[in-house]
Amino acid sequence: MNIIVCIKQVPSSNKVDVDPETGVILRDGAESKMNPYDLYALESALKLKEEKNGHVTVVTMGPPQAKAVIREAYSMGVDHGVLLTDRKFGGADVLATSYALSQGIEKIGNYDLIICGKQTTDGDTAQVGPEIAEWLDIPSLSYVSEILDANEDHVQVEMDMPDDIEISNIKYPCLLSVEKDIVMPRLPSYILKKDTKDREIEVLTLDDMNDRDENNYGLNGSPTQVQRMFPPESNLEQEIWNEDEEELTVKLFDKLKELKFV
Amino acid sequence: MARLKVNNDKIHNKKELIEICPFDAIEEVNGKIEINAACRMCKICVKQGPEGAIEYIEDEVEEIDKSKWNGIAVCVDHLDGEIHPVTYELIGKAKELAAVIDHPVYALMIGSDISDKAEEILHYGVDKVFIYDKPELKRFRIEPHATAFVDFIEKIKPSSILVGSTTIGRQLAPRVAARMKTGLTADCTVLKIKENTDLVQIRPAFGGNIMAEIVTPNHRPQIATVRYKIMDVAERTDEKTGEIVSCHIDDEKLETTVDIIEIAKKDKEKSIEESDVLVVAGRGVKNEDDLKMLEELADLLGAQVACTRPLCEAGWFKNTNQIGLSGRTVRPELIITCGVMGAVQFIAGMGQAGTIISINEDENAPIFNTAHYGLVGDLYEIIPDLIEKIKLEKGA
Repeated sequence: MNIIVCIKQVPSSNKVDVDPETGVILRDGAESKMNPYDLYALESALKLKEEKNGHVTVVTMGPPQAKAVIREAYSMGVDHGVLLTDRKFGGADVLATSYALSQGIEKIGNYDLIICGKQTTDGDTAQVGPEIAEWLDIPSLSYVSEILDANEDHVQVEMDMPDDIEISNIKYPCLLSVEKDIVMPRLPSYILKKDTKDREIEVLTLDDMNDRDENNYGLNGSPTQVQRMFPPESNLEQEIWNEDEEELTVKLFDKLKELKFV
Repeated sequence: MARLKVNNDKIHNKKELIEICPFDAIEEVNGKIEINAACRMCKICVKQGPEGAIEYIEDEVEEIDKSKWNGIAVCVDHLDGEIHPVTYELIGKAKELAAVIDHPVYALMIGSDISDKAEEILHYGVDKVFIYDKPELKRFRIEPHATAFVDFIEKIKPSSILVGSTTIGRQLAPRVAARMKTGLTADCTVLKIKENTDLVQIRPAFGGNIMAEIVTPNHRPQIATVRYKIMDVAERTDEKTGEIVSCHIDDEKLETTVDIIEIAKKDKEKSIEESDVLVVAGRGVKNEDDLKMLEELADLLGAQVACTRPLCEAGWFKNTNQIGLSGRTVRPELIITCGVMGAVQFIAGMGQAGTIISINEDENAPIFNTAHYGLVGDLYEIIPDLIEKIKLEKGA
């Protein structure tokens, strides 16, 4: 069984500020790490690999430095890694990101299952997974809370719905976005890290894709445009109410109603 | 087509230019400045760099005819006909946006045996409810539902579509957006509209540390998802307005390889970390019996009751309900602390909550340094009154 896991390198810290005068994003250092949600996707794939004698490939899009997350995946037991990198991929929104990844996945080919994490910590959209599935014209399920079984031609999974758990069979090829805590991710192994330090990382650029029209990638392939970034208003001022209880109750009730909790 | 052009002759201080980029996408290669694959095209280097050093070059793009796309549509979020309240909030927002540009408001409902359920939508002031009502569309399954959704877009051509950021909406919206090759903005907290029908979408990024204002200038439809309890709900009127339009779609288009084999009711008991609203009991609660009052309040708010360490040690709660350094860390949307002093160990476990309301008799209680709304008063007088008020409101 061949599994592809989509991973992403994200900033280590979510701490970003905007200079109110210049509008420039100020970031604390340039430290980066693997998107924490991807660890659950990786672990799900590695468990299937061990149980079903499978093969796991990771794919990521980003600058050359993003090779670091592929190395990390190697030290967890991943067999092969592919980096999609090209200046023309830059500035991609959800549509262009998912398109580039789907093109990369088509180049990798011959897959049964694609596993994605729930979302990333920098974009927080949780939309790239389902869009990849749409480009590839395969079924997708999000909110997967357990992979119950993987058979010859289908996988059986639990989907976590608000009021119930839905158990479904999905035929290969398909894409799953797994929940955080679906499995406990393993730690990278020092031995594997040593053993895989010379393992090749496949690099794909625009010229390697089936579709080489640069209008479909990066900023040019992105329908959405970020017009500006700004710090959130801190509207949570502190208020101390010191009145008699009857009045306090009225104020509290009105506040709960205003905040839509009632 | 847009790209960045580097004019090395206009760069005097390379190091300064390199440091302008928040994504480390500007580098020096063989003495020349180049832009690498980390570039996100934020154009900060164009605006902040030395004049003319990095140019933003945009070729003419053919503009789409926006007048062909008409209407603000809301996707009715429901499971087996049970309509999620986010739907009425989206309708409220859609009506507001549509009024600005004089567009109609549409609702789209996809499912099986939903015709009577769709009637309810007519109480909220939409112009048309389009329904796809077929046995094949029973229970949400991604491919047939996405296909019906796309069929609606192709026939009706709405300018903007609002979708709830729910378990269903967050799966459906991206598939539909990709099939239409259009933009999708997740979890918008503010939506406005320009006269040229462009939807201005504002959403938090980087874990809410920054807000991004996003537009979809040359694609239609524009699709945005919105979380529950963000927008104001549309008012329900006694009389119905608008009409229901039944839509047809061929059965063979609704095939799927996803086979639902079992639906199991979920164990309702959630951990306090999962709860959106928490009511916390502190030492100001005098008797174990008094917890019933807090439980009643919690029930009315859809909340759970948590506690401080002393109450856990007293055996009133399981240790899975304790907040703080030696207990659980929680980040609910709302937390109401009742009779909690606010030791640092406690604050460490809940200081990140969205809204913190604290009731304590002692106006010097440290909890008031953390609370957004601090009520100096007796919880034994406030809580029972509050419970009555909420009950009255719910009965109304």
